[in-house]
Amino acid sequence: MAFQAPVATDRCNTGISTGKLAIWILLASEIVIFGGLVAVYLLLRLHEGAAWGAEAAHTNVVAGAINTFILLTSSFFIVLAHQAAEQDDRKKAVKFMYLTLLCALGFLVVKAYEYTYEISHGYTWFRSNFWGFYYTATFIHASHVIAGGIAIFIAAQGVKVGYHMNRVEVCGIYWHFVDLVWIFLFPLLYIAK
Amino acid sequence: MTTIAATHDGGDHASHHEETFVSKYIFPTDHKRIAMQYLMTGLVMFAVGGFMAYVFRMQLAYPGASVPLFGEVDAATYNALITNHATIMIFWVAMPMLIAAFGNYLIPLMIGADDMVFPRLNRLSYQIFFISTIILMVAWLVPGGAFGGSWTSYPPLSSRGEFNGTPIGAPMWVLAVALEIVAFLLGGINFMATTMNSRAPGMKMMDIPIVVWFINIAVLLFMFSVGPLVAGAVLLLLDQTVGTSFYVPTGGGDPVIFQHLFWFFGHPEVYVILIPELGIVAEIITTFARKKIFGYRIIIWTMIVTGILSLVVWAHHQFIAGIDPRMAVIFSITTIMISIPLALIYMLLIATLYGGSIEFKVPMLWAMGMMTEFLVGGLTGIYLGSSAIDIYMHDNTFVMAHFHYTLMPVVFFGGWAGITFWFPKFFGRMLNETLGKIHFWGSTISFNFIFIPLFFLGMSGQQRKIFDYSAFPDINTAAHQDLRVFATTAFLVFIAFQFVFVFNFFKSMMSGPVAGNNPWNSNTLDWQCPSPPPHGNFAELPTVYRGPYEYSVPGRESDFWPQNEPA
Repeated sequence: MAFQAPVATDRCNTGISTGKLAIWILLASEIVIFGGLVAVYLLLRLHEGAAWGAEAAHTNVVAGAINTFILLTSSFFIVLAHQAAEQDDRKKAVKFMYLTLLCALGFLVVKAYEYTYEISHGYTWFRSNFWGFYYTATFIHASHVIAGGIAIFIAAQGVKVGYHMNRVEVCGIYWHFVDLVWIFLFPLLYIAK
Repeated sequence: MTTIAATHDGGDHASHHEETFVSKYIFPTDHKRIAMQYLMTGLVMFAVGGFMAYVFRMQLAYPGASVPLFGEVDAATYNALITNHATIMIFWVAMPMLIAAFGNYLIPLMIGADDMVFPRLNRLSYQIFFISTIILMVAWLVPGGAFGGSWTSYPPLSSRGEFNGTPIGAPMWVLAVALEIVAFLLGGINFMATTMNSRAPGMKMMDIPIVVWFINIAVLLFMFSVGPLVAGAVLLLLDQTVGTSFYVPTGGGDPVIFQHLFWFFGHPEVYVILIPELGIVAEIITTFARKKIFGYRIIIWTMIVTGILSLVVWAHHQFIAGIDPRMAVIFSITTIMISIPLALIYMLLIATLYGGSIEFKVPMLWAMGMMTEFLVGGLTGIYLGSSAIDIYMHDNTFVMAHFHYTLMPVVFFGGWAGITFWFPKFFGRMLNETLGKIHFWGSTISFNFIFIPLFFLGMSGQQRKIFDYSAFPDINTAAHQDLRVFATTAFLVFIAFQFVFVFNFFKSMMSGPVAGNNPWNSNTLDWQCPSPPPHGNFAELPTVYRGPYEYSVPGRESDFWPQNEPA
């Protein structure tokens, strides 16, 4: 059975399209979830004091910085994709969406390298609460990278044939959020000793 | 089955929208059917949670005796029963019935839309909820049994299998609750996007019926309060399964962190449940008083203030957790302060009644019952909000009776106000009034007799969450035991009266008098479409000309003025 969208979906009382509105509401709820995570970080850190910082000194700042750079670049690509989609240049939009995906992949590769190195050197999940938190937070973030990547890939398939061009912007908003979470995690986990 | 046959005979599938049995009842996208799925799941879980209460109340009244329909209760089972009773009543009854069912049913109807903006997301929301229900119930069958660490799931008890004795049940419990939260977050996105974007032409923000406003405020509050708990629950799940020590002191963790995350959600959660109920009560009061609601805008703004305040009262649950006394003073002040906006809303609802032509139909009785009984819960809450008294009262049955005097009026009285009010819209038939009144009075009187003894038992020092009081001679006197038996007997009477409702529900659904579109002569758009509304709700999508509460307007022949009726 083909699904028919109801009239409600296309109504626009606020002047913001329904998809865009919903993604902002989704992000609001995500912000609180990550807010909770950061609150736990602060409380645990206050609780543990200097021991926390000593553990944090073993993270790979260079890899983290490279990943920050990769994610910021990917955000730039998705903005270009959005711009191309606005001008109805499908080919260019898809190209920039794939470049975003390439960055996402690069991010995950660097992250996987870090995990491998750390685990093989004894910095595992159980070693201390810092490492427990490090793996939990980066893993939740990485799962958002993967989810955002899948969403962009699906949207790109539609964009090729001019279907739901507004999805580029919706994905873009989400992608910026994924980027922004990393901007918080990077200093908390890598720089703050 | 006939539906399937009819569809296959129907011929041309492409030209019009055909529904099979599966698409209609198993995987519907129609907001009304999803609402019914939530409502029915909620009612079934209400019976399950009620049965658990029956078992542990029987154990308290007749310790060690074999409970009819269950058998003997041991300590671990008792703990699992009270934990799951609370979890089910809050997450699997109050949330699906009051927010998901009424929200799904009422929002599109009341704002004049044909469905939610994301029908498939809505379907996904119920499916996740259904899976969470199964996980919660299957936990009873795994080795070690269901989780018994109380619905607050405080670590370190909850975070290690060797502490709580339920190494599989505890993670399953956390997973079930987490999935349930995900389901309601998805539903909430849908509710808010629908209300913000899909109102009928002409309906301004201040023309939205109060109940829709309140459901949205509740959803927003849920969204803002549950986030930290989601993060906290992930860490708890890792403590349980992977073996990290975020909340385990021996591993360097801090159990109080979880308490903060839990109650930052747990307290607003009470308001998440209360707010939509007050909306339902407001709709019913204005309809049956035949009078415009008093102070529509003030009610809405006051509720927004209440919602914000409810985010800063959480630590009153932790006065006995060893928090800094200076912090306790601050939370005492905010806790007691929150009664001011709620009192204002009460005054405005009473002002709505003043001078109205009040009809005491069954929904109105439930609405009045809700307001009256909730007052007891609210007023005892002021005592508990004061940290000095709370330190004595917190772990005895006084606090339990207080809690049930807030949640029972909200979930049960408010829920039944809503069910009896919208029953004609749900099924196109009227409920039997006499049976409805028997159910109301029987339940109300027995409800009070269950919990009033618990106030007294609590003040005399009866600790809660204890399986068998015979180990505590001070609180195991004949006088104590008599009150326990009295409360349990009242509960059995309460259960007996619920069968009146079950009978009335099914009898009226099949053979009650036909309701017509608008049996209560109400103004809101949900009553201006057929009962039950067809797929797509309105034959022609309505246009709105005025606010929802224009009752008894001077100079008009009829005492109501539907929102979509041209001037």
